[in-house]
Amino acid sequence: MRRRTFLTLAAWLVGTTSLTRATVIHNHVPWAPHPNSPPEIARPGPWQFFTLDEARAMEAIVDRIIPPDPETPGGKIAGCAVFIDRQLKGPYGSNQGLYTLGPHTKGTKEQGPQSALTHADLYRKALAALDKHCKSTQGGKSFAELDAAAQDDVLRKIESGEVKFETVDAQGFFSALLKDVPEGFFSDPIHGGNNDMVGWKMIGFPGIRYDYRDWVNRHNERYPHPPVSIAGRADWTPAKS
Amino acid sequence: MARKLPRKDVVIIGLGWTGSIMAYELADAGLDVIAIERGPWRNTATDYPPGYAADELRYRIRHELFLSPGQTTFTFRNKMSEAALPIRSWGAFMPPNGVGGGGVHWNAETWRFLPSDFVLKTHLTERYGAGFLPGDMTIQDWGVTYDELEPHYDRFEYLCGTSGQAGNIKGTIMEGGNPFEGPRSRAYPNPPQDQPFGHTLFGKAARELGYKPFPQPSGNMSRPYQNPLGVRLGPCTYCGFCEWFGCGNYSKASPQTTVLPALVRKPNFTARDNSEVTRINIDSSGKRATGVTFVDASGDEWEQPADLVVLSAYTIFNVQLLLLSGIGKAYDPAANTGVVGRNFTHQTISDVVSFFDPEKFVFNPFIASGAIGMCIDEFNGDNFDHGPHGFVGGGYVGQVQTNGRPIETTPVPPGTPLWGAAWKKAVKDNYQSAIKPGTGVHGSMYSYRDVYVDLDPTYKDRFNRPLVRITMDFHDNEIKQNKFLTDKFAEIFQAMGARQVHKEYRKAPYDITKYQTTHLCGGAIMGTDPGTSALNRYLQSWDVPNLFVLGASAFPQNAGYNPTGTVAALAYWAADAIRSKYLKNPGQLINA
Repeated sequence: MRRRTFLTLAAWLVGTTSLTRATVIHNHVPWAPHPNSPPEIARPGPWQFFTLDEARAMEAIVDRIIPPDPETPGGKIAGCAVFIDRQLKGPYGSNQGLYTLGPHTKGTKEQGPQSALTHADLYRKALAALDKHCKSTQGGKSFAELDAAAQDDVLRKIESGEVKFETVDAQGFFSALLKDVPEGFFSDPIHGGNNDMVGWKMIGFPGIRYDYRDWVNRHNERYPHPPVSIAGRADWTPAKS
Repeated sequence: MARKLPRKDVVIIGLGWTGSIMAYELADAGLDVIAIERGPWRNTATDYPPGYAADELRYRIRHELFLSPGQTTFTFRNKMSEAALPIRSWGAFMPPNGVGGGGVHWNAETWRFLPSDFVLKTHLTERYGAGFLPGDMTIQDWGVTYDELEPHYDRFEYLCGTSGQAGNIKGTIMEGGNPFEGPRSRAYPNPPQDQPFGHTLFGKAARELGYKPFPQPSGNMSRPYQNPLGVRLGPCTYCGFCEWFGCGNYSKASPQTTVLPALVRKPNFTARDNSEVTRINIDSSGKRATGVTFVDASGDEWEQPADLVVLSAYTIFNVQLLLLSGIGKAYDPAANTGVVGRNFTHQTISDVVSFFDPEKFVFNPFIASGAIGMCIDEFNGDNFDHGPHGFVGGGYVGQVQTNGRPIETTPVPPGTPLWGAAWKKAVKDNYQSAIKPGTGVHGSMYSYRDVYVDLDPTYKDRFNRPLVRITMDFHDNEIKQNKFLTDKFAEIFQAMGARQVHKEYRKAPYDITKYQTTHLCGGAIMGTDPGTSALNRYLQSWDVPNLFVLGASAFPQNAGYNPTGTVAALAYWAADAIRSKYLKNPGQLINA
């Protein structure tokens, strides 16, 4: 390119970049440190979305979806309710990024969900309806106050469609639980679930160890190292004295 | 009112694989090139650093690297008689977003199509007779042959550092490669990746059944590599976070790791990110594009004049921009007229999930790469006699398991409850000893008169433009093809010693909520007849000769392979035509 053309171009670039927020990339790799946002790490603490009653119901529910056993904690200890709480408080709860414009028409199964409700609204309405249902059929007890067998029975009836809620699609709520609870059990602990990487330890998933070149050719040998999270491992962090 | 920017020689819409390749070629030819990209610029090491890139929830489940449906989506229906409804969250496919496009988060499976795929209508009619094809099937020849594309496939594979084993070098069949592939001029630039246990077991069983298994061609590096543009890639670490994710390790071929570092050094190249092209502008003759109109991140509208326009967005956005710009006659399936929107296709994918004895098998499913796999090609394209089977088309099948990410890949035997103690135990018992290839059967989908795209009458995007409406269903031919392939695939897992093999056939109706691949094809197809194609054999618009349309939108029908190798080869082929023919004599390259 002739020098004169280049100078004209450079002047134009300076002129136009100030007019727009979009970046103009010319004659350089637009490398910048940390252009991406690092993950937000869920902190322990009070419930952010659920009320105390909702949280009690959710902790009971997640312990029925993933019950404790002698080797591995259940959904409650694993933090699945905390995970869902943080998700519903965040962009997932408000359906951020999804196509939300109407008209909202119920279509065929193959056309996918068309509900106008956000995920947060779905949980709020369904948990209220669940307690109402339990109190009217179980001698005034809320879901969290039932014993495990009765809780399983209620959940099974919601799953099968035998129990319906007036205010919200009960089976749709159950489908959301079957997606969201295992996500809380198996996603990185930075999101508030999978406490102490219990979900990963249960199956032998090493987390984000990243480099398996030393193991790809060791066929039929169990990978020996314990998991690592994006936040590291608790035993790598010296205890405060 | 749009403000007008200084004229450029070339404006490129979309800076993914094809836009990057074309921009490099045309800037290299001395033209002043600007690329306009809807999404953000993305860097390899800084946008997805290995320290937190492996976040399954963030990237795989919440789709962070993709276009958000809130920005724009599509409507969908199975039949022309139904009302289409919007796809509110992604399901069957995932539109890319940002510089690098789908090349950032693809698996890097780098296939070539079969020689017969490019002359499909002629080939099948000669072998089986015209009466063998379903009456409403609209397959066509491409107008370009494998031999013409071969040098361009080769360029892309060397750009990417593709890892693989050649099966046919200049007509000589090579041991350990795919004996069905078209003749290639030379071997892959890198040897195949190492194969994990489950993958080698599949290869062994397939060989014992009389097949010719070979490693899947992979854009994940088997060793350090410097490409012809001087850009370096590093060896893959088999981390198992590849597809849906960016690779911060420079181990996966992407525009960022192969062409963009060389492209941005060219002084006659400029890119604008976060700017969405809303229209291709046409002069009063209707025969000449004058440039594009785009909206930047501030919502301001700009006009970018240019002598040559290259449309290189994702398949369906190419079609949308043609329809919204009034370029080419829109397809009308009832009258069977028009070209823009016709021959839209996707893929026919299915899987076989296999459960082995946990006492004897440990697969470490998390040790994998995006394109790792052992495949057979006996049942792809027309590699076998379809006469007795009553369908056409096919696909490769293989153990192409790319991950053991535990939200996505915790298979349990069929019949297991969906929750509770029994589910939890089944997850624990089977994680290390189950094989779930994901897209183990990678089948073709041929084109039909009633499978197409047009503009939706009801739903709009954020600019109040109509959404694209998809009308798509599987036809009997594809359902038969899938059953045949899935059954053959399952036999190999039985031979591997699985104690339970579960076939997940692809069934009609087509379901927009079930992920298959992002390989949408067609809608602005290439061909030899302007009455049945939007583009000529050089991907040049029949209607507007200074417009070239790149990408899988040009495929007259989909073959049984991942499309990126062919998409990129076509981009090089079109770039070569522009450089060697069009620039000398700008105008229609083919007189129809």
